[in-house]
Order: sequence, then C-alpha cells, then structure tokens
Amino acid sequence: MASPKLSVLVAIAAASTLVLTGCSAGSGGNQTGEPSGEITVLTNRTDIVDTVFQDYVIEFQKTYPDVSVKFEALTDYEGDTRIRLNSTDYGDVLLIPSTNLGKDQYAQFFEPLGDTAELSETYRFMNEASYEGTAYGLSTFGSAMGYVVNRDVWTEAGVTTPPTTEAEYLDALQAIKDVTGAIPNYTNYQDGWPLSSLLGNLGTADGPTARIDMTQDDAPWTEGNDIYKIDGLLYDTVAAGLVEADPVTSNWEESKNLLASGEVGSMILGSWAIAQMQDAAEKAGKPRDTIGFWPMPWQTDGEFTSVTASDKFLAVSRNSDNKNAANAWVTWFVDESGFAASQGAISPVISDPSPDTLSDFAELGVNYVELDADLAGEESLFQDIANESEITLGAEYRQEIIDVARGAQPGTKESFFADLNERWAAARVTLAE
Amino acid sequence: MTTVIRSPKLPARGSRRAGIFGGRMTPWLFLVVPLAFLIVLTYIPVANMFWYSVTSWDGLDPDKEFVGLGNYVEIITRPEIFQVFFVSLYYLVGAIAQLVLALFFATLLSFKTRFRNLFKGIIFFPYLINGVAIGLMFLYFFRPDGTLDAILGSLGVSDTPQWLGDSSVVNSSLAATSVWRYMGLNFVLFLGAIQSVPEEQYEAADIDGANSWHKFRFIILPSIRRILGLSFILAIAGALSAFEMPYIMTGGANGSETFVIQTVDTAFRFAKVGLASAMAVVLLAIVLIITAVQRMIFPDEKADEKAGTV
Repeated sequence: MASPKLSVLVAIAAASTLVLTGCSAGSGGNQTGEPSGEITVLTNRTDIVDTVFQDYVIEFQKTYPDVSVKFEALTDYEGDTRIRLNSTDYGDVLLIPSTNLGKDQYAQFFEPLGDTAELSETYRFMNEASYEGTAYGLSTFGSAMGYVVNRDVWTEAGVTTPPTTEAEYLDALQAIKDVTGAIPNYTNYQDGWPLSSLLGNLGTADGPTARIDMTQDDAPWTEGNDIYKIDGLLYDTVAAGLVEADPVTSNWEESKNLLASGEVGSMILGSWAIAQMQDAAEKAGKPRDTIGFWPMPWQTDGEFTSVTASDKFLAVSRNSDNKNAANAWVTWFVDESGFAASQGAISPVISDPSPDTLSDFAELGVNYVELDADLAGEESLFQDIANESEITLGAEYRQEIIDVARGAQPGTKESFFADLNERWAAARVTLAE
Repeated sequence: MTTVIRSPKLPARGSRRAGIFGGRMTPWLFLVVPLAFLIVLTYIPVANMFWYSVTSWDGLDPDKEFVGLGNYVEIITRPEIFQVFFVSLYYLVGAIAQLVLALFFATLLSFKTRFRNLFKGIIFFPYLINGVAIGLMFLYFFRPDGTLDAILGSLGVSDTPQWLGDSSVVNSSLAATSVWRYMGLNFVLFLGAIQSVPEEQYEAADIDGANSWHKFRFIILPSIRRILGLSFILAIAGALSAFEMPYIMTGGANGSETFVIQTVDTAFRFAKVGLASAMAVVLLAIVLIITAVQRMIFPDEKADEKAGTV
C-alpha cells in the first residue's frame, strides 16, 4: 500500500523542483534596439564593488539611462563561476574564468563580440579570448611581468640597476640578505596564486611563440627554454636560501607591508601589483617611489623584455535575457570607465597612454612582447596538456619545486624537471590518441 | 499509581476522516519538504556521482563520454593516488587521541568539579568556531616566532621546528588542530551519555567500596558503549576523509595532501570530474567496508541491552 503513495510523493517533490528551477528561464528582455532593462554583472572585485563600481554605474547611466546595473561580487570568483557555468544563471556580464575553461568551450557559454582581427585594431590582447577568429571577451586591463622591488633595500645592498643575468640576480639577492638582513625574495607560497602568475613570464626570451612551442615539445623543462628559466630560477633562489624562512605560513596581505617596510626586497608579480605596493608604502609613511618595478634578468641582445598579458576578460553570457544592454556595459566599461588607468595598469584600448607605474620600464627601454594566438584547432591544447598531465602549470607544482629546493621533500632539480617532462610528454601522447 | 494517558485520537479513528487525502496522508504531507531536500540534495547528487565516475567528463562539457571502468582502472594502477592514505594515519592517531581525551574530560566533568560549567564551555567552544577562522588562527599560531613558539620560548624551549614548513611535522600539526577543533563534539556526546547513568548505581558502588577507576570501568564504560562505538566509526571515517583543516591551512602543499584534497584537486584543478567521482566512490566503498568490519568485530546491539539492565 505504501509504495504507490511514495511514488506520488516523489512525483510531487520532483515537480516542485522543476517549478523552482524553471523560474530562471522565461522572462523576456530586449535583444535589439536601444539598451534598456536590468543586467547583472559578476565581478571578483569585492573590495570596490560598493564604491568605485557604483560611481561607474552613475556615469554609465548618463549614456544609457534605461539600463539598471546590479553587481554580484564573488570572493572565490574562479571557483564559484566555474560551477555556475553548469547552469544558465551566471549573470548577463561576467569575467571569463581563467582556470580549466578551454577556448573551444567559449561558444557554449559566451556571446560572440565580433571579429578578432577587426577588434584587434582598437583593443589589445584580443588573441587570448578568441576562438577561430571570433572574439568572446574584451580585456579589462593588462599587466607587464617583472618584479616589484623596495628601492631602499636594493640601494643599501649596493644594487641600483636591474641585474641582467640570473647569476647577477642571485648575487644581488645574496647581497641583500648579507647586508640588509631583509628577506631578498618573497614567494607567497601559501596563497598560491602569486606562484601561478610566474607563468606570465613565458615568452620573455623565447618570444611570442613560447606557449605554442611548449605544446609541440616533449621536454619543455630543458635548459634554454623559458619555462625552465622561470622554474629553474625559482628553484635556485629557494635552494640558496634567499626566500622567506617558512614559505608555508606566508601571507599575501602581510607581504605588501613587508615589502613596503623594507623587510622584503622583492616579489615577482605583474605590474598590476605596483599600485597596491605603493599604497602600502604610503601607509607605512614612505614615498610611493620607494616601490619600483624591474624586468626579469633574462636579456636578449642586451635588452630587457617583458611579457604583457591581459587580466580577466569581460564577456556577455549566452543565456543573458538582455544582451543588448550587456554589450553596452562591456563596451562602456572597457572604453570609458577608466578602470585600467585607476589600477595603474595597461589599458586595453591601444590609443590610451602608458601608465605611470611602468616608468621604470620606459627608462630602461624594456621591449614588450605579447604571446601569439594559439594555432587554429589547437586553441585549448596548452590547457588540455596542462590538465591531463596534472601539472596544471599553476601553484601546486611550484609549491613542490620550493619544497624540493628547501629540502622539505626528496628530490633534486634535475629529477623534478625530468619528472615534469615525462608527464608532459605522456599527456601529449594521450591527447594525440 | 500509573496515570493512563488517554489519547483523544484513538477512539476517534475511522469516524473522523477529514479532507480529500484522509488522515493517513497527513504524515506524508509533513514529510514532503524534508524528503524533497533529501532526494534533491543527497540522493540525486550521489546517483550523478556514480554516473560521472564512468565518464571522462571535464566538469563543463555538455557531452559526457562513457568510458566504462576506465577511471577505476586508473585509480588502481596509479600508486600515487593511494599513497596519500598514509597521511590519514596521522589523523587516525589524532582521532583516537581525541576520543581518549574527550572521554577523560567527560568523565571528569560529569562528577562534581569546581567551575565545571566553565570547563565544559571551554572544551566545546572550538567546535562552534568557523573552520576558516580556525585555519587562519592556527596559521598565525604555527608560524615561526608565532604564538606557539612564543609560549615554548617562555618555557625555555627555543629549538622548535617549523610547525607547518617542516614536512615531517606538518601532518602532526594539522592533525592536532583537527583534534582541538572536533574534541568538543565527542566530549558533549560522551558527557550526555554519562549523565544518563542513574545516580543510584554510583551510590551502590560506593557502598560496595568501589573507587573512581572501578566506577569508570564497570559503570560508565559499559553504559556508553554504544556511543563509543559510533564515535569510533565516525573517527575512522573522519580520518580517511580529513579535508577542511589541511585544505584551509596548507591547501595540501608540503606533503599534507589527503585523499579528499586530492579528489577535489582532480575534479576542479585538473578538470577530471570523471576520475574524481570514481575516487569519491572508492572512498565511500572503503568507509562502508571499514564500518562493516568494525560492526562484525564489535557487535553491540544485544550484548549492550543485557549489560545496560544489570
């Protein structure tokens, strides 16, 4: 007797969930004509969503008075959006999550914004958020790679110009340790993402094809390659004891103050970090100029090179009910808001001036390089190999490099890199099948 | 002597059928909401997990390619996946220490002790704190020249290891943090069980000349056998699936990776949701097997009822 009733019950439960989930679909909005209606914008900037972004909305509504903008600020932006992409409810405008999302999947989630080649005439970094010649995102701002330094510390150690070779760089760090007693280089091991951002240096010596070359290489961690330089320099720095004593308890927020106060000499980061470090210096009662930004010690023909890349890309959800208004916000935010300038970062608009934060680079005559677009049909290959090999090229394997280098885990530089090469090659074979 | 509680419903049965559903449907109506939650939030996801575990899904693609038992074969043939269970041993030792300590404090505080309510509060309090807050707190506690080193320094111990930085110490530190956090829960469970022991039994024991150890061994322990058994199963399952503390504090770095951290990484960092689901199924199977073995070795039901009525 109980079972038919139970099935009724299950049916009721199932029906009620259908009704609940069905709510998000439906409700129309205009797709063409003058932008109007409400849009939801997902953002990772929990710090300025209620201040700076609200001012943007006021400005935006001067041009588009009929559009109202609502923000959803997510603390764990990457993790949350990745899960929400499985639904249809991920806002009207969002930042493309950078982890694990292959470019061939963009069309499933985002609205095409136009032809890549055409947009490239106006905007920087168009290659990165494009698939098969179609752009799905516009850059919010760009950064150049290098390392932030506390000038006072380096001057005290007798180093006033950026080291030009790895050996000079390590000597300089040693001098900082010996003379000033400061921590020469801070890894930010615990937070992890500063370690993943080291990958941004890919292309410094190998040029724009560095990433494509890696997908064709069975042993990228070989002397001479950029990825070997990046990870090898990290290994050597740690092995020589030139980083914080206990990386496992490092702390990003604290690291800004340590650099500002001169307890830390340098950190390898993107130029986006300069403004934050200068703010910290100001708070510590020092001139903003205490913080400088130097290029990595890998020169080509006697000149420095720095790789520029975009931070996150703004995109329009394919499931948006109000694509017209969403497009208007994306274009306005990139062209008009002045967000990139306020971050001291490179503007995505080519005609905008270079930021003050990169004045060091201007003086040194640093060349900028932007990575080439991935080969047609292999847009997601790099990410796929990285995932399949479980190296991910993110923070975890660099944490392992640090652990091996400081002797906390068994292994040597050679054995570790040989293992990486082996996994990389095996993943290439698996994916070729 | 005994009062008969007359239920007004009993005689009314059959004569009072209200509404279209009738009286028999009423309890089910009350159950709709909780059952809907249970089905939607527990059974459907678990069923999905079994389905994902036989696909090579990356977590985003609309197409889930069926790969049969491929993921399970991969788990068995890759030794590094099982190696992380060694880390669980630290948590297992920690869990046992946690049970012993909780039992000790519960017994102590079930008798008349000065400030005992204060102590109860102090022991239970950590369980109420948010895990992320505990993680951050202990990161400061364990860092070089942090709180722990300062305390040890004032006691004259200066040659301390890096509590989280030293890979031979890190798992002990993390397990100790877990003990600190979860002991309160065991403590409250034990305390509740001990306080349900009738006062007369202690009095009778006193008359027979029993000391405190005898009371613990022959009255308290048999009375709380069931709750002890349950706690033990939970402790083993908890040790195998240790996740929160190490994930917040080290993210699994420096050799502190546990099986669940590895599963989460596999799903969300390596985009191998299929393989990760298979790992979760394997963990579920292991916990079920251990529980079954444990219940075979210590069958509690009948023996317990006899012991309880002595």
